[in-house]
Amino acid sequence: MIRTILIVLLFVAVAGTGYWGYTEHQEKNAVLLQAENNYQRAFHDLNFHMDALHDKIGETIAMNSRNQLSPALAQVWRLTSEAHNDVGQLPLALLPFNKTEEFLAKMGEFSYRTAVRDLDKNPLSDKEYNTLKDLYANSTEIQNELRKTESLAQKNNLRWMDVELALATNKQPEDNTIIDGFKTVDKSVEGYSDVDFGPEVSNREKMKNRNLSQLKGKEISKEEAKKIAIDFFDLKKNVKITVEETGKKAKYHAYSLTLYNPDTNGTTYMDLTKKGGYPMWVLYDRNVGAAKISLNEAMLQAEDFLEKHMESKMEMVTSDQYDNIGVFTYARLEDDVRIYPEVVTVKVALDNGDIMGYEGTDFLLAHKDERVPKFSLSDKEARKKLNPNFEVKEVSKALIRNDINEEVFCYEFFGTLGNDTYRVFINAENGNEEEVKKLKDAEPSYNEI
Amino acid sequence: MKRNSAYIKGVLFAIALCFGLFAGFGQNSAHAFSNQVIQVGATGEDVIELQSRLQYLGFYTGDIDGVFGWRTYWALRNFQYEFGLPIDGLAGGTTKNNLAKASKYDKAWVNKQINSGNKFSYYGGVPKSKQSKSGAAKGGTAKGGKGGGQAKAKPAQVKPAKNVPDGYSQNDLNLMANAVYGESRGEPYIGQVAVAAVIINRVESPSFPNTVAGVIFEPGAFTAVADGQIYLTPNAQAKKAVMDALNGWDPTGEAEYYFNPDTATSGWIWTRPQIKKIGKHIFCN
Repeated sequence: MIRTILIVLLFVAVAGTGYWGYTEHQEKNAVLLQAENNYQRAFHDLNFHMDALHDKIGETIAMNSRNQLSPALAQVWRLTSEAHNDVGQLPLALLPFNKTEEFLAKMGEFSYRTAVRDLDKNPLSDKEYNTLKDLYANSTEIQNELRKTESLAQKNNLRWMDVELALATNKQPEDNTIIDGFKTVDKSVEGYSDVDFGPEVSNREKMKNRNLSQLKGKEISKEEAKKIAIDFFDLKKNVKITVEETGKKAKYHAYSLTLYNPDTNGTTYMDLTKKGGYPMWVLYDRNVGAAKISLNEAMLQAEDFLEKHMESKMEMVTSDQYDNIGVFTYARLEDDVRIYPEVVTVKVALDNGDIMGYEGTDFLLAHKDERVPKFSLSDKEARKKLNPNFEVKEVSKALIRNDINEEVFCYEFFGTLGNDTYRVFINAENGNEEEVKKLKDAEPSYNEI
Repeated sequence: MKRNSAYIKGVLFAIALCFGLFAGFGQNSAHAFSNQVIQVGATGEDVIELQSRLQYLGFYTGDIDGVFGWRTYWALRNFQYEFGLPIDGLAGGTTKNNLAKASKYDKAWVNKQINSGNKFSYYGGVPKSKQSKSGAAKGGTAKGGKGGGQAKAKPAQVKPAKNVPDGYSQNDLNLMANAVYGESRGEPYIGQVAVAAVIINRVESPSFPNTVAGVIFEPGAFTAVADGQIYLTPNAQAKKAVMDALNGWDPTGEAEYYFNPDTATSGWIWTRPQIKKIGKHIFCN
């Protein structure tokens, strides 16, 4: 009797476990399939967009009139951004595919620049036609490779999930078709890396490749770096300092210092340039109590700090309070002109006014002495270029980098339109509206952050 | 919800009395403001008072949210102009005295409106009861719509506004804090700032998606996303680190990749030019 009951119970248990396992398995498969479907969709979308992109670039080469060319280039721009989006959804982060992504981004930039340009006044140059032809040839190759990969994947029923697993565990997948396909695409793009995208796109590259070699002074040693840090913070000798060098291939050659102060139990991190020993940034890490001083007092602290450590005259351009921290940005002031590319940021604790951080990398990279201010328009003439509904409240002179990364001298107008405050930059030479920025209002907090 | 109005009045009176007592301490030059000079970007009690008083006089028409933004700035300048004061957009001693003389401020009432998430205004000469609308707006007026949506689910949760670094929202900030916490919980503070900086560098790079969410959720990009650790609740330090990175600090020297040499499985990542090691992570271009 008991034996029968036990057998029945055992049977029920086994059947139950089996059923449970089966449903778990089903669910797991459903989820995997869901993920696989998302990948498949992104992959096929990418192919579709590359096809369309290829055709559109081909059409632009054949076009001549502005009212045809501009919309076509705008289409190219849109398609590159779609394709870029698709790539971002595929598990390629572990795969060298960044050349292709960069190529897409540059192609987008190029087509945008030419699409928004007044092509009647300023038609495509021969050089730009050649660029378009290069792009066309390149997109032909990308398209072919991708199509080949797509058809093989379809024929052999390849799964992106397998690719992802293989990439994540660094094992050779059974079928390498997808990975190989994408690697070939990236290789083919590399061959076209010297496509001339014109000054507008390459200005961006220049920004990316800027370095600290223009700094004055000679290379400092580790010991000198320590000394500079001790002077910088007025530290006593009991502070523990470790210094490390950046890698040989780093863009900015610097010493990274970590200073531990046993008196305050705080740690300060700092990067000093190897050449000249300029501080790039400083961060002080300690617990900050409730705000006791006002943002205004904190600003005075920040100004004291800058006066002590910087030769240039700086002017505050933003001030913000984040609970118990005040953050201020300063731009260099030269003959009443705000040099916006040369900014530093200072962070001040509102419990006792300690300087919590300094960030001056942009300042070091952009700093130049030889700029000659050019203001051929008067501010009254510049004002005429503004939107008539815009109510000007403040005017000043400024130097900014416009959207193609050229430095231009501008009049800076602060003012309101409706309830919003805007900052408008009008080029002081040709009256172009270089930048319009809506200044952000504080955001209602939906939650405690 | 409905209670005896006499009872409410009693409670209000008691609250007002308490606040009155507290306010009594900090008094110096102005009647209720604290000593500080208030400037653009500031937040807190004094800003609420400043906005209320400016609104009482009709200079300020925006929301009383406790953040000294641009609308408050222009309102203050208008006030200084009208009252013949130096126009500097700073609320210092003289300005505050003039403001306090010219206007009335019912601190208890304003604080109550803010704490209970009501939509309200504070114009002089208009009965207060007409200027407040409770957060759970039932009325069909367009104005109530703003607070209505979230108020239904969880009434009275609209807190005073916050400053957020330019170009980002509080939600971006939270998402990044989640990623940073999931990726680098055990790292020193500087290592967390570095991880946040890498996310921002990727957003700005042409080789990666152009949004915070796009970068974080790119398949395979972050292990914390793949194994779900991103959904842990981040601590205050992770948020602080994200804030520093958003404000411009980049300890990595513009790195776009990083990896943990002990656990990295991809051979390719070792071929990237390395910049420096922070904590357990190696950062590279």
